[in-house]
Amino acid sequence: MSAQFNAPRLETVLRSATQQVVIGHGNRFCLIGERINPTGRRIFQEQLRAGDLSAIERDVRAQVEGGADVLDINMGVPLTDEAELLAKAITMVQTLSDKPICIDSSVIDALEAGLAAYQGRALVNSITAEDERMEQVLPLVKKYDAAVIALPNDADEIPMEVEKRITLTRKIIEVATKEYGIAAADIVIDPLAMPIGADSEMVNTTMETMRRIRDEFGVNMTCGASNVSFGMPGRPTIGAAFLPMAMTAGLTSAIMDTRTPQIVEAVKAADLLLGHDEWGGAWIAAHRARLAREAAATA
Amino acid sequence: MTPEEILQGLYDETLVGNAPRVLELTNEGLVLNMEPQTLLFDALIPSLEEVGARFERGDFFVPEMLIAGRAMSGAMEVLRPLLAETGVQTIGKFLMGTVKGDVHDIGKNLVNIMLEGAGFEVIDLGVQVAPEKFVAAIEEHQPDIVGFSAFLTTTMPMFKANMNALEKAGIRNSVIVMVGGAPVTQEYADAVGADGYAADASQTVKRAKSLLQERRAKVPA
Repeated sequence: MSAQFNAPRLETVLRSATQQVVIGHGNRFCLIGERINPTGRRIFQEQLRAGDLSAIERDVRAQVEGGADVLDINMGVPLTDEAELLAKAITMVQTLSDKPICIDSSVIDALEAGLAAYQGRALVNSITAEDERMEQVLPLVKKYDAAVIALPNDADEIPMEVEKRITLTRKIIEVATKEYGIAAADIVIDPLAMPIGADSEMVNTTMETMRRIRDEFGVNMTCGASNVSFGMPGRPTIGAAFLPMAMTAGLTSAIMDTRTPQIVEAVKAADLLLGHDEWGGAWIAAHRARLAREAAATA
Repeated sequence: MTPEEILQGLYDETLVGNAPRVLELTNEGLVLNMEPQTLLFDALIPSLEEVGARFERGDFFVPEMLIAGRAMSGAMEVLRPLLAETGVQTIGKFLMGTVKGDVHDIGKNLVNIMLEGAGFEVIDLGVQVAPEKFVAAIEEHQPDIVGFSAFLTTTMPMFKANMNALEKAGIRNSVIVMVGGAPVTQEYADAVGADGYAADASQTVKRAKSLLQERRAKVPA
């Protein structure tokens, strides 16, 4: 792909059995709820290991109530059969919610089991620019007609230079489209949001990467939004400032815990201000819903 | 300045991460013929320990820890050759690396800073360290402790692969093994047969020191 500086802006379509979500540069920001994940949660891990999936129900409800458009499901429990667990969890989540699912695993067998169990058009989380990872995952993305999140890092490092991230993004898009016949619209690049506490230029680098990816490739982007505030006080405020800034640089979705209203509301306001929420329909509807909830609570 | 003022200045300026001032004070102290180990053990290390304590209490944040570590590193570059000349022992040698398949290093680097601040000699193998590379480095450097870092649930199994490689090379019992990283738990550390686990940088220092003491009590040097 030659460098284009006004690449057409692409849309990524995700589906559950009954609902469709379109991630796109002119659309409302897509919130991918991330909390259905046992990493760092000892009790949840023990329950899952014992075959008790009931805690998932609570997590799904919390993410959906918080405003998640898509649900990220990760069943990375050490010392278990992740493939079996992930397939079970996906089937269960599909009975609890109509939201499309982002299947999150680094284990190839688990991704395949998850994709096979899923009803709809999933988002696969994730590949990197490493050849081996692309060779293993991209045939599955094609076979199951899914979309895929791709991180522009390789086996050596998480590159800190914008140019290196662009080079790896180009490599991923070329390999996925030319060698595996996957549409560029179905590749969602994660431009690598790193902690601002570790380096004060980190977010500027990420945003410059986003602008260039948007302008040169037109693809959609997502990132782990909470990374940015790692190790800092006032994390919700940082998240609520970061996402609207990133949205102006071309970020079209984020993997985040939607239980933080401050961040979700900042995103919704940015949707309105960027012209992605025509006539403020969604903004006003959310206001009415809140009034109704408050009225119900005091009644 | 008096030696006391130098020590107090080093402690205060390291605490706030004022690297240029820490370097100046270190050089001034040496001009006054203060011992390098006095500067290290009576000012720099106590200051970094205070940084660690504040971090653990939630009073200090990641950037503050990083700049304090950077200030200390600047002083160490001046002091290290002098300490080596005078034959001052470090409290132990710590070999560190992020496991194969994993490129995360922010947490590991924080741990390195705190270990150095506590008086350990730290050898950092970087990221994506394969089991055979850990084995070769242990044979070369003879560390007291080796630390495996993993940030992903999918790279955590490399701990076990590393342990197996150590066993196979016959060096498992010649080194203390510590593991850590965001998804790692004590339970997982036990399951892979590691000697120690810690949840954050500051606790790693404490755990490393106590493991070292236990080991040295058992095997008289």
